Amino acid sequence: MSTPGIGADQRGGRKGGGSSATFRKIGDGAVNVAVKEPGRFFALCLDTGRAMFQWPFQWREFIQQAWFIVSVTVVPTMLVAIPFGGVLSLQVGGLIRQLGAQSYTGATAVVAIVREASPLVTSLLVAGAAGSAMCADIGSRKIREEIDAMEVLGINPLHRLVVPRMLACAFVALFLNGLVSVVGLVGGYFFNVMLQDGTPGAYLASFNAIAQLPDLLQAEFKAFVFGITAGLVAAYKGLNAKGGPKGVGDAVNQTVVITFMLLFLENFLISTLYFQFVPSKGM
Amino acid sequence: MGVEIRVEGLTKSFGRQTIWQDVSLTLPAGEISVLLGPSGTGKSVFLKSLVGLLKPDRGHIWVGDRDLPYLPESQLYDTRKLFGVLFQDGALFGSMNLFDNIAFPLREHTKKSESEVKRIVLEKMDMVGLLGAEGKLPGEISGGMKKRAGLARALVLDPEILLVDEPDSGLDPVRTAYLNQLIVDLNAQINATFLIVTHDINTARTVPDNIGLLFRRELVMFGPREMLLSSEEPVVRQFLNARKVGPIGMSEEKDVSELEAEAKMGHDPGKLPPIPPQLMASDGRVRPAQHAPGAWCAAHGVTPPPGSFIDDLGRNWVEEWPRYVASMAPAGADHVPGGPPPGAPGGRYPSPPPGQHGAGAGY
Repeated sequence: MSTPGIGADQRGGRKGGGSSATFRKIGDGAVNVAVKEPGRFFALCLDTGRAMFQWPFQWREFIQQAWFIVSVTVVPTMLVAIPFGGVLSLQVGGLIRQLGAQSYTGATAVVAIVREASPLVTSLLVAGAAGSAMCADIGSRKIREEIDAMEVLGINPLHRLVVPRMLACAFVALFLNGLVSVVGLVGGYFFNVMLQDGTPGAYLASFNAIAQLPDLLQAEFKAFVFGITAGLVAAYKGLNAKGGPKGVGDAVNQTVVITFMLLFLENFLISTLYFQFVPSKGM
Repeated sequence: MGVEIRVEGLTKSFGRQTIWQDVSLTLPAGEISVLLGPSGTGKSVFLKSLVGLLKPDRGHIWVGDRDLPYLPESQLYDTRKLFGVLFQDGALFGSMNLFDNIAFPLREHTKKSESEVKRIVLEKMDMVGLLGAEGKLPGEISGGMKKRAGLARALVLDPEILLVDEPDSGLDPVRTAYLNQLIVDLNAQINATFLIVTHDINTARTVPDNIGLLFRRELVMFGPREMLLSSEEPVVRQFLNARKVGPIGMSEEKDVSELEAEAKMGHDPGKLPPIPPQLMASDGRVRPAQHAPGAWCAAHGVTPPPGSFIDDLGRNWVEEWPRYVASMAPAGADHVPGGPPPGAPGGRYPSPPPGQHGAGAGY
């Protein structure tokens, strides 16, 4: 049998009857989605935050998980980044040539790839590959009662399993972001110079004209936040998996969907704030 | 010596569904108790509440002087070190082999050297008969082995309280009998407080010192084994004898019309079968908390059903008991727990007395 565990609804609020069962069901569902689930998720985030500072840190698990995430994300990330840089150069390059500003193609690469595309590609890969794998792992442990056993043995699963996974996710996301930036830029450069007859000098010069260090820093910051988010959502959904193998499947599915939505939202918020606080470099 | 657990007015519900309410019972220190109940009456939920994995809506669980549901997290983790829990499927960590699984609590909670850990783990594996399977992964072994490995892991920190969730589910009768014997032997050795959750009546009739029965969201009865086995209470009687006649129906409970029809048909609940002798430790020693056979019946003026307490060899254990205890006493005094069995003291009882053979003979 499976029962809700950490962060799950254990108290089950009871309300007086009166309205019909259907209305109550709909009402309960709405309350659950709007208030209870986010509340429980937030509680899990706080507990995990607290568990993060418990001694000793699980280095072994951290390194194993980081390596695992690298192994499932590096190749897909590169394969996505190369065509992404290429397509961007082709599309924007064509447009920009008609405007007669061909020498600024390099600048578009900064804006598009370093600031936006690389955190987004990273987020897709982290959520789709790492988050789903993590959720499946934790979820299957949950339904096999391994998580319960761990708690009974006096070990906090948040400290033991969730913290190292979440940090590994964030740690790897930082590097993935760098990887996407480099591979995307190389792809864009290659397409611009080889296929669109752009000049290497103009590409690099316009790149340097508009690029500034905060661009990279904000992208890295985004990647870090995305990694933490993906890790937490995967852990939350995994720890609340119930109802056997199908429950794990559902949890994985929900993890991917919820993580995507959250990451796009966070990306939007961070980008907006970035433009408020860091003035763009003039050309 | 084990720890007493006192449960007072415990109530648990999931959403609108009440699992059980106002459950009050005391698990006496060092004794074996069995919690019975039809499928889906929340036996496992009760077990999980006892270790604080689920929080009850109301009520108290006193472990020593600590009230488990209301402990702060740090103390809860600390209190859990008193517990060993065997989950239904063993709940072994799938990524570790058996040795690492069993060594896990030791490595986490003690500062023992690796050679010390190895010694303890191998000793426990020997105890449950798993020597030689150290390197196997949980995915590669059978259900019975998983259970025994889970038991070894639960025992490795020498718990004061051992909770066992359905030791018999998915096991053949022979393995179940061995596991039951193992549980009794363990109790004799470590003298912890045991709670076994099961719906196997054979286990319930022969293993425990106390029996409890959950039905219809309530604890119907909890008390010494002889009290329930000689009880005329319809639910207890129906369940402990695995009959169709009685208040328990296919789905939860029978309705009034079904019961009336049953009464009209003249279904007789039947005579109570004899109370089988209790399973003894395999080295023949008397467990410190073991009740004398027939003691409860005698103290409460209850006449046990005819044929009770008589084993396969026709010995009546109510009569034999004082002599048996006397014959065991000298060996029991200097017997080292976990050591070799104390041979045959006095030559009177060369073989372990009532075994599982006598069990279930009554029905």
